[in-house]
Amino acid sequence: MQGLAEQFFNLEIMAAAWPTILSGLGMTLLLCLVVVPAGLAGGLVTALAALSSRRWIAWPTIALIDFFRAVPPLVLLIFVYSGLPFAGVRLDPFAAVALAFLLNNSAYYGEIFRAGIGSVAAGQVEAARSTGLGHGQAMAYVVLPQAVRNVLPDLVSNTVEVVKLTSLASVVSLSEMLHEAQLARSVTYNTSPIVLAALVYLAILWPVVRLVSRFERRVAS
Amino acid sequence: MGNFSNAFLNAEVLAKYAPSILEGAGVTLALSVLIVLAGTGLGLALASARALGPMAARLAIVAFADVFRALPPLVLILIAYFGLPSVGVFLSSFMVLFAVLTLVLAAFAEEIFWAAITSVSRGQWEAARSTGLGRPATLAYVVLPQAVRLALPPLTNRAIAITKMTALGTVIGVSDILNQATTAQSFSGNASPLLLAAVAYVVIFLPLVVASRWLEARFAARRT
Repeated sequence: MQGLAEQFFNLEIMAAAWPTILSGLGMTLLLCLVVVPAGLAGGLVTALAALSSRRWIAWPTIALIDFFRAVPPLVLLIFVYSGLPFAGVRLDPFAAVALAFLLNNSAYYGEIFRAGIGSVAAGQVEAARSTGLGHGQAMAYVVLPQAVRNVLPDLVSNTVEVVKLTSLASVVSLSEMLHEAQLARSVTYNTSPIVLAALVYLAILWPVVRLVSRFERRVAS
Repeated sequence: MGNFSNAFLNAEVLAKYAPSILEGAGVTLALSVLIVLAGTGLGLALASARALGPMAARLAIVAFADVFRALPPLVLILIAYFGLPSVGVFLSSFMVLFAVLTLVLAAFAEEIFWAAITSVSRGQWEAARSTGLGRPATLAYVVLPQAVRLALPPLTNRAIAITKMTALGTVIGVSDILNQATTAQSFSGNASPLLLAAVAYVVIFLPLVVASRWLEARFAARRT
């Protein structure tokens, strides 16, 4: 038991690692501020393209969505970070993470938006169009607000996944929270810094996970 | 263009490292199957225990599910891999990856099954109980058959997302597809193995993604 506390909850080591973990948290939050809005925007464009009545737009988009849902995010990240330089495209870790996440998230958020748009009755579009709104206006002012409300739990739950996935950036040495915790671990030979990082993730994400559970139960009942 | 194909589709490099990537595919596939079976089974058991068990057990299950849904899997993998040996638990990196991802899938599966169980109407419980079935029998024969059907589409999506995370094993040295590919890439100084790895993942997971799309469409059609 002594060993357990010593190895996982060593307060002295945690206190020493705290400043660097805090600066890592800053990078994690910055990363989230970039990849979540970019993923939402990319997802919206992807969903609209997948729902296009022009097949030469819709079908390749759906194929791309399925491709990016089949490739693990870490594989995509490593491909972008260490594969693309062979094609003469050299990205720094932050840009590589941002690009890999944009591709992955656009597919996932895109599927959610698509389900949301599909859940709005066709009569809504017809009614909106009959009042004189154009196709784009009907989409923006009538369909999307309802679509987003219908899939809000899925959007929130996917965002939790995205925040968790930012920890992959540690693999390409971006100095986000897990990377800083790993560095502290390798210096101290003690797991406490990673446990500390886990506690920070928990403090941020637990309330959101609770919220998602409550959402889901309300939908079910 | 010649440069590009030489860097990403080098026939010589591909031929040389295809066997090791195929070997990695075997590891990825085996891990995925084991994780799906163990994770779904454990999740179903936990959801059933939550429906039948005493308050303390229910709180413990909710806490477990919350923690394993909120923490990034890579964090859990690193804690288990680096922390466990110093408290006397020695697991291979394969076992660490299997155990962590099984627990993560179990946490999500428990929530999905639980949401499905609560969505089966109370009348079903009461009708079954009034025929003389006990609570466990009611759950097993009346509620779960309906709940599992509801749970299937979200469960499939989640299982795909989590088995794809077997690629995280690379970080702790599991010799899966990605690990074989990055090793091959650094030996050959060529990006072809990475492209081959991506293709291998697509071959394994694309059928599942397409199947989940089909499942969702089928269930959505039935609901309306």
